[in-house]
Amino acid sequence: MKSAYLTLPIAAALFSLAAHYEKGPAARAAEYPAPSWGPFVSTDSATESEVVGKVILEGKAPGNHAINMAADPECAKSHTGPATSEDVVVGPANALANVVVYISDGLANRAFDPPKGSAVIEQKGCQYRGHVVALEAGQKLLVQNDDPTTHNIHPQPANNREWNQSQAQGVPPIEATFGREEIAIPVKCNIHPWMKGYIAVFKHPYFAVTGKDGSFVLKGLPAGTYTLTAWQEKLGTLTQKVTVGSKEEKKVEFVFKSQAGD
Amino acid sequence: MARTTAIAMRTTAWSCLFVFLAAPVFSQESHIGNLTGEATRGKKLYQRFCIGCHGEQGDGRGENAVYVDPRPRDFTAGTFKCRSTPSGAIPLDADLFNTIGRGLYSTAMPPWLPLTRQQRVDLVAYVKSFSSRFREEKPGPPMEVPPETPASEDSIDRGRELYQATIKCALCHGKEGRGDGPSAPTLTDSKGMPIQPYDFTAASRFKCGQSNEDLYRVLMTGLDGSPMASFSTSLKPEQAWDVVHYVRTFQPDTHAKVLNFHAKRHTEANKESGQLGFGSPK
Repeated sequence: MKSAYLTLPIAAALFSLAAHYEKGPAARAAEYPAPSWGPFVSTDSATESEVVGKVILEGKAPGNHAINMAADPECAKSHTGPATSEDVVVGPANALANVVVYISDGLANRAFDPPKGSAVIEQKGCQYRGHVVALEAGQKLLVQNDDPTTHNIHPQPANNREWNQSQAQGVPPIEATFGREEIAIPVKCNIHPWMKGYIAVFKHPYFAVTGKDGSFVLKGLPAGTYTLTAWQEKLGTLTQKVTVGSKEEKKVEFVFKSQAGD
Repeated sequence: MARTTAIAMRTTAWSCLFVFLAAPVFSQESHIGNLTGEATRGKKLYQRFCIGCHGEQGDGRGENAVYVDPRPRDFTAGTFKCRSTPSGAIPLDADLFNTIGRGLYSTAMPPWLPLTRQQRVDLVAYVKSFSSRFREEKPGPPMEVPPETPASEDSIDRGRELYQATIKCALCHGKEGRGDGPSAPTLTDSKGMPIQPYDFTAASRFKCGQSNEDLYRVLMTGLDGSPMASFSTSLKPEQAWDVVHYVRTFQPDTHAKVLNFHAKRHTEANKESGQLGFGSPK
């Protein structure tokens, strides 16, 4: 009697295996869905902490070069003054913009659901707004074209799927997601080769991109010790350890040193 | 009773072992029509015909690779130029099969028609085995090529406007289609190697085929791994046909005429002998 109970699951296993191989390759591929993140591990909001800070540049900022947009009159017309590249953008009081600050270690294996809201890249004046965009893996990215010309959006990832889609004037936003963490994916427009941007993809929600004032806030952190990393496309990365207790606001500062000389 | 249980348990153990072992042994397959390709057979062919350029690991680093420009395809990336699937999606088996049979004009990749259909299908299966993308992803819906609109002067004029002004083909491919637009010198492939936009005046053939349908497909799906984007979101089908008709005007007239002449002669000769026409698959 017992043997009947044992052979039943074996038969079922063999049957499902046979069924697996009977299907065409497309049906089999459907059995390998894209990786999805586990359920959100909620932290106690009463004890969550914040890391706030500022990124500054010490020394002379390397100059951004002027962009000649003459090849596409629609691009040239959209700028009254000279357009410049955005390799290193410095605001008042040496504040460094477009730096991605994020937790690079200390979260262990916590998994997070991607947020419902979308990250947005605008193509305006034949440049990317923002120049650096950060989002979570699986979160929706909208790429919109506000220019009276055609662009092509060409992310060139090392760890995600590469694609290259053109977007003429008036075409609705292109939706995309990136499945894996990558800091950061270069984005290009091949039609307008001066257009360069970055997309940073995280598997957690603890990241921020600095604005013109160089400031950032990482909210909702559970108490613990973390490695905090700041990434800048030309200046590289800086890291520091930070320990936050419960319901604490920790202040940190990152100082990038310019290689441009005085 | 005890003995039966023991036997049953032993059977369970063996079955479980079989189930666990069977999964990793899963060998890559390909399907073209009623032919099924096996990676195990494809591997032998690959090691005879493809390894010199594409390399043992399929990473495009064979011993001849350094002498080849553009460089041989890196199969481990799972990124392919000639596809009927959307940009970023893996190709259909048929796309890879057609590439092997057609070769890539203007590159070192020759047409492999001397191999039988079955051999080419086996090669497709082995090429797919180099990238996990073929096990993890779906190819995505293939691009439909709608019936061609008439190649009238109006169509060519509309195509000119799109090419020169609206969708900016000229910025890379040049005003006269010579691949010398202002953005051309800045272009690289996804490996960072310099790459030239296609010079439409050089020949009447293209990397991914020579028919108007092939040209339409390239325009709408793009050439992944290269700067050529998919224009499927920017162009309506009839507009894409207009661009195809305009691009044809760049091509050397004589060359196209010669090709058509030979095609006709072949078809007529074959009609008489009851064989397949020019360009038909073997």
